[in-house]
Amino acid sequence: MDPNKLVKMANDIATFFDADTDRAARLAGISGHIKRFWDPRMRLALFRHLDSVIEALTVDRDSLLPKP
Amino acid sequence: MYSNKEPDAGTPVRVSDKLVSLQIDGVEVTVPAGTSVMRAAFDAGVRVPKLCATDHLEAFGSCRLCLVEIEGRRGFPASCTTPAEAGMKVTTQSDKLAKLRRNTMELYISDHPLDCLTCPANGNCELQDMAGVVGLREVRYGTEGENHLVGTKDTSNPYFSFDPTKCIVCSRCVRACEEVQGTFALTVDGRGFQSKIAPGPTDFLDSECVSCGACVQACPTATLMEKSITDLGQPDHSVVTTCAYCGVGCSFRAEMKGSQVVRMVPNKNGQANHGHSCVKGRFAWGYATHPDRLKHPMIRAKITDPWRVVSWEEALAYAASEFRRIQEKYGRGSIGGITSSRCSNEETYLVQKLVRAAFGNNNVDTCARVCHSPTGYGLKATLGESAGTQNFDSVDAADVVMVIGANPTDAHPVFASRMKRRLREGARLIVIDPRRIDLVRQPHVEAEFHLALRPGTNSAILNALAHVIVEEGLAREDYIQQRCDLPEFEKWKRFILEPKNSPEALQEATGVPADQVRGAARLYATGGNAAIYYGLGVTEHSQGSTTVMAIANLAMLTGNVGRPGVGVNPLRGQNNVQGSCDMGSFPHELPGYRHVSDLAVRELFSTSWGVPIDPEPGLRIPNMFDAAIDGSFKGLYVQGEDIAQSDPDTQHVTRALSSMECLVVQDIFLNETAKFAHVLLPGSSFLEKDGTFTNAERRISRVRKVMPPLAGYADWQVTVELSKALGYPMHYEHPSQIMDEIAALTPTFTGVSYERLERLGSIQWPCNAKAPEGTPIMHVDAFVRGKGRFVVTEYVPTPERTSRKFPLILTTGRILSQYNVGAQTRRTQNGTWHDADLLELHPHDAENRGIREGDWVSIQSRSGTTALRAKITERMQPGIVYTTFHHPDSGANVVTTDNSDWATNCPEYKVTAVQVTPTTKPSDWQNEFQRFSDTQIALMQQ
Repeated sequence: MDPNKLVKMANDIATFFDADTDRAARLAGISGHIKRFWDPRMRLALFRHLDSVIEALTVDRDSLLPKP
Repeated sequence: MYSNKEPDAGTPVRVSDKLVSLQIDGVEVTVPAGTSVMRAAFDAGVRVPKLCATDHLEAFGSCRLCLVEIEGRRGFPASCTTPAEAGMKVTTQSDKLAKLRRNTMELYISDHPLDCLTCPANGNCELQDMAGVVGLREVRYGTEGENHLVGTKDTSNPYFSFDPTKCIVCSRCVRACEEVQGTFALTVDGRGFQSKIAPGPTDFLDSECVSCGACVQACPTATLMEKSITDLGQPDHSVVTTCAYCGVGCSFRAEMKGSQVVRMVPNKNGQANHGHSCVKGRFAWGYATHPDRLKHPMIRAKITDPWRVVSWEEALAYAASEFRRIQEKYGRGSIGGITSSRCSNEETYLVQKLVRAAFGNNNVDTCARVCHSPTGYGLKATLGESAGTQNFDSVDAADVVMVIGANPTDAHPVFASRMKRRLREGARLIVIDPRRIDLVRQPHVEAEFHLALRPGTNSAILNALAHVIVEEGLAREDYIQQRCDLPEFEKWKRFILEPKNSPEALQEATGVPADQVRGAARLYATGGNAAIYYGLGVTEHSQGSTTVMAIANLAMLTGNVGRPGVGVNPLRGQNNVQGSCDMGSFPHELPGYRHVSDLAVRELFSTSWGVPIDPEPGLRIPNMFDAAIDGSFKGLYVQGEDIAQSDPDTQHVTRALSSMECLVVQDIFLNETAKFAHVLLPGSSFLEKDGTFTNAERRISRVRKVMPPLAGYADWQVTVELSKALGYPMHYEHPSQIMDEIAALTPTFTGVSYERLERLGSIQWPCNAKAPEGTPIMHVDAFVRGKGRFVVTEYVPTPERTSRKFPLILTTGRILSQYNVGAQTRRTQNGTWHDADLLELHPHDAENRGIREGDWVSIQSRSGTTALRAKITERMQPGIVYTTFHHPDSGANVVTTDNSDWATNCPEYKVTAVQVTPTTKPSDWQNEFQRFSDTQIALMQQ
């Protein structure tokens, strides 16, 4: 699955629930929607992608942060 | 005229609390006040002769055949125009009346061609019948005098002819066009002896006539006559069935000679259409026997191979073995199915059952994905049920009608006629649409407000309307307090009152002046019963679900849910969109909109079906395409859908279809999707099978077989056989047994059975112990979800923006004479009106680009390029262009993007940034399409 498309879809969902002022409700709305409507392979692909981005960011953490 | 099997009471039924009793020919009869003497006589079992009267038109009193005598009154009043009164004593037969009627008939016949034996109406002609009834035995006037026996027959309309020599100028056709259809295309031209019926100063084809057939039904002679009757003769029997075109779901009598259809006539007792029809249902049924029909199963290993005609057994065994091979190689979730909104409830139920039970996953979806899936999501979230709230009859009680993103006169014409009649009676109209659709201004109908918004700003407009209503204190606080979730309402109220939601703040985005929005809001909130009707102009957006919820918010805010005349009414695109959704066609829901994660529901189905149900949602159609390209989805069973033409971003879709290792297409024609298939299973038309359709008002109606399936099997039988080949046998002898299973497993259907449908004519679900005869209006005392839920509907602009490179917005839709991908209507004479898709654009945009009417223009978007001919019209706003998608070579969906609704992935067909430039040739895609299509047709013929 195209990870960029999945990220966009997840962001679109998040944009809708962002209107909720209650943070807990907002997060439950986003995760609940993805869980209720996405095939597991889509969820897996999204998280694999997020993990790889986080991993890349973690590896480059030092270079990304300003020097003290 | 109507089927000769249907009795005609002469004048319309009247409803009144007050009853009056009278005597007719000595028979006591009691009728509602306002009923005509003619209709009272009918109720008393007395038939009064008539010619200009018919029970679907108001009385006119011109033919002088229905004269009666009334004790204590002078003269011979016309029974059609005389209201029944208490104590009246009416005589319908006397020597004097007989003489008067005979003289009148003699005058009619003296100016009528006496060619009864060769006349197409022979055997079903009211004039002929009345001549017999009054005992006409001679015509004393000869034929030498002035007459109308010479005239030119107008055969311009492809479906009916107009022969003025047979016309008795009873005006039934003119009145039908006005009262029933509301088009006002016909008139009585001239006066006295010169009077003649005319479709304006032109022939029927070039007139305003929309070919609904109402005038032809109304004609008591052979003046207006279906060409099919002229060609084939009168029918010998008829069968009541349901139209397979739009979501109105009109009831028809299929009039037959043996197993050949000779005419489709709208059923007077049809509870959705009350005897009216449109050009598609009434006339465009010839596709069912078109030479293009697939009649034999075929298989091939690769899409570059020629097709091989095989037996049903071999085709099904091949499909099953391929599906199992793919699952073994790529996993259980590597195959799926698509159900069809053009197939019956029973057939869609079986396809989703096959996917869930035989494939063992939830990879099932339906074409509602690309039309009304946001309706399902949005109405369930707010009101508690994924369906419209009203019946069609409800519009008769509406005082304000708000039409949003719908074009009923083209897409739902029979309901539009009903709506227009209510508007002519005085209901007030608000139209929210980027285009100046026909409803905005028609004969005797004019919108009080036309909010011509920019595409993609529906939720902004709806928020602005709600803002005004709350800000100006027009909300129904009592209703909200009693019926809605108050904490959610308070949260929403704070949101909607934010200045960003005012019409003034949003007018730059929407393009609609704030004062117009304020005026429309005041009218909707204070004008009495206010009903919202909406279509795909609402749902097919990146904020489709948000807008549906905003509509529900607006209706709850003003107390406009739960009684006749109000409500939230999605106008469904296809005949069985509602039904296919009800039947569990979505990958996350089992029949009855119950989520697959619900253990109790899964256990119910597991027990009945004898297999475990996957608790995880499956792939939706766009996800199937992505997974196919990604390599994890390799097999698909498509029943009665043409995703290669109907779905957006065609090149993405065809890439996905080309990635399949086994694509099984079950259809009546070699459609665009079938050109990518490995197995072709011939489908059956609605005339060839039994079943039910559920229309936009949740009305379940019977579909009845009138001819044998051309390829031997009805679609439900094919699914049963495929399931058997997959090792999961299903045991049904008749679709009624499938409905019994649906009823046993679905709480909203527990009372539905073929026996009850036979008895009641049709049933609106929910139908169960609480509502054994169905539910015309939902949410009457309380919302289905308990308390109505206001949802915050923040306006989020679509990511599809205009730019210097793509400065125009393209939006797409339908036209009256064609239907969706055109597979059916393109194979009828409806092409007379629309033989190609055109690009509509405003004169300003045309002039800027040097484009003239009829020029070829190239339409380029971020997805692709196609070329169409230009139609320059002020229906469009500057900056917005429009086309239809009825012809595959138009490539409308080559241009549309893969943007979609955030909640449901319903594509954003209605907003595509494009550039339009003059061109002289088809696009590269169109050339490639033609080459591929020619190759596939050649492979079929080898």
